[in-house]
Amino acid sequence: MNVSEQIENPYLPEAARIVRHYDLIKDHRFFQIRHLDMGKAMSFTYQPGQFIMVSIPGVGEAPFSISSTPSRPGILELGVRKIGKMTEAFFQKRDNDIIYIRGPYGNGFKVDQMVNKDIIIVAGGLGVIPLRSILYYVLDNRDQFGRVFFMYGARNPNEILFRNEFFQLKERDDIECLYTVDKADETWTENVGVVTKLFKHLPDIDPRNATAVVCGPPVMYKFVIDEFLKLKIPKNQIQLSLERRMKCGVGKCGHCALDHLYTCNDGPVFTYWDTLHFRELI
Amino acid sequence: MRILKMQEKYLEVFLESLDKFGTLYGPVKRRGVLTFDKVEDLKEVELGGGHPMIPLKKLFHPKKFTMLHFNERGFYPDYSMIERRVVLGVHPCEIHGLLKLDDIFLKEPVDPYYAGLRKNTAIIGFSCLPTENSLCNATGTDIVEEGFDLFFVDLDEFYLVWVGSSLGHDMIYEREEFFEEDVKHEDIQKYLQWREKRNKMFKHDFDFRSMPDVMELSHDSEVWDYFAEKCLSCGQCSMVCPTCNCYNVTDVFDVTNESVGRRERVWDSCMFVDYSLVSGNHNFRAKRADRLKLWYTHKLKSFGDEYGQPGCVGCGRCVDTCPVDINVLTVAEALTAREVPKH
Repeated sequence: MNVSEQIENPYLPEAARIVRHYDLIKDHRFFQIRHLDMGKAMSFTYQPGQFIMVSIPGVGEAPFSISSTPSRPGILELGVRKIGKMTEAFFQKRDNDIIYIRGPYGNGFKVDQMVNKDIIIVAGGLGVIPLRSILYYVLDNRDQFGRVFFMYGARNPNEILFRNEFFQLKERDDIECLYTVDKADETWTENVGVVTKLFKHLPDIDPRNATAVVCGPPVMYKFVIDEFLKLKIPKNQIQLSLERRMKCGVGKCGHCALDHLYTCNDGPVFTYWDTLHFRELI
Repeated sequence: MRILKMQEKYLEVFLESLDKFGTLYGPVKRRGVLTFDKVEDLKEVELGGGHPMIPLKKLFHPKKFTMLHFNERGFYPDYSMIERRVVLGVHPCEIHGLLKLDDIFLKEPVDPYYAGLRKNTAIIGFSCLPTENSLCNATGTDIVEEGFDLFFVDLDEFYLVWVGSSLGHDMIYEREEFFEEDVKHEDIQKYLQWREKRNKMFKHDFDFRSMPDVMELSHDSEVWDYFAEKCLSCGQCSMVCPTCNCYNVTDVFDVTNESVGRRERVWDSCMFVDYSLVSGNHNFRAKRADRLKLWYTHKLKSFGDEYGQPGCVGCGRCVDTCPVDINVLTVAEALTAREVPKH
């Protein structure tokens, strides 16, 4: 019995308070949370691209991408789409309510290999949530990176997440933002078409000095990767963040297995080169 | 390693003396089925017999247990199932199975439930003879060099006893008078004859060494479609496999209280259709062929990490159990021969 009590229980979630929440779009909600324990709140750090496990007692536990950047410590931000039992319960929560979290888990984006390079970030739909972390991380450490291109596509203008934030970014001159929707309405002044259509707006890119990250619905990856390959970006410089079912987050429960790897430990960020070795990835 | 000799007549008395090291468990018949359970009477233990239907993993990675309790103030671990135990009659393939589960559950971050059960449990290994479907000669798991406290090789009128740990040594120390240090030349001959006899008893043989490559080369093989067509997705293969570790986690409220309950862990199988289902109803392995491929990747190619060994320990339970003859042998043979079974 003593043995177990001496081991830190990796499945034991800790209380966190919902500091603020608001709706991004219909059925998509933004949550700012902070560990109840102030020491933990201040010391908690993570890498862009990592995730946490969120518990709602009696309902269950599920992985959520961290959408905030570690360069702005103290608060964790999540973007949640109401789509199942767990997220329905999450949507019942109000400011000051308590949820339970553990983590951070996963490898995160390989920031080291992105330094000094031109950064191309491509997001589709909800995939923008983990990418927002690396986007702001890059912007907060702007002098460490080359040019920054941020491409984001959604089905229609009503489904653009963080619309105000991202349109404000367009006013900065140290980042090129390209937004698109599959179907426009009268309010939409940006591009129309699938996200791969945005690539024609990119200036000349030196592929040896460029790195790319992509996250979106499963169907999107192949087409976006084809565009990166046309730009001749090396396969190990294309990073993908993947979604899988997870029950533990720490490589024990098996659900997120990809070939002999686990998405929770060995991912959720993989390079395109990795994906060529285990073919069931996307 | 220290190897001692013990006359057959002392066995029962010696095993009885081990209860001071923990509650005795072993393979016993329960409702007609051989299973690892608490030993009520040493006479009921089947030490060198067939395999229990469910492997030893059930004592370390229980089928269902409460991981955490929760109430209004948060979550609390439950370690109440952990007790000091001595498991008797553990065959080499079972020990190999545990060593493979160790790679998963004792790897950082350590699983405190598995670790607690493992550290509090002594393993008393016991030699066995091949069953109808044993493959341990082919998987190289018929002999065991670590992972036990004591290991008994049954040579009829006496046992050779391998002492595998300091705890095992303490056990010997309790009844020193039963053990002889002096293993004679003729005893070694008897041991070698036993190995030779046992080696000849295997009914199956297969060279699994090339399977990691064959698996890699067979990703798009039509063989998977053949097996997928037959597979019932019943998950029995996972339940009986010593190295299937997958589990699901669910929260359960106490009947009487709306904010108090428990978080339970229960065995799962990658053969089940919802295994890789994520929210929004996207299923990464909706196809049965893809689920079979994952199962066999872990058994025949690599388990645990990139440079890991295949997970199969050759116990033959999937051969015994699968109602439609999908098992490590039929799959490996079909992939190697590039043709589906004839019968």
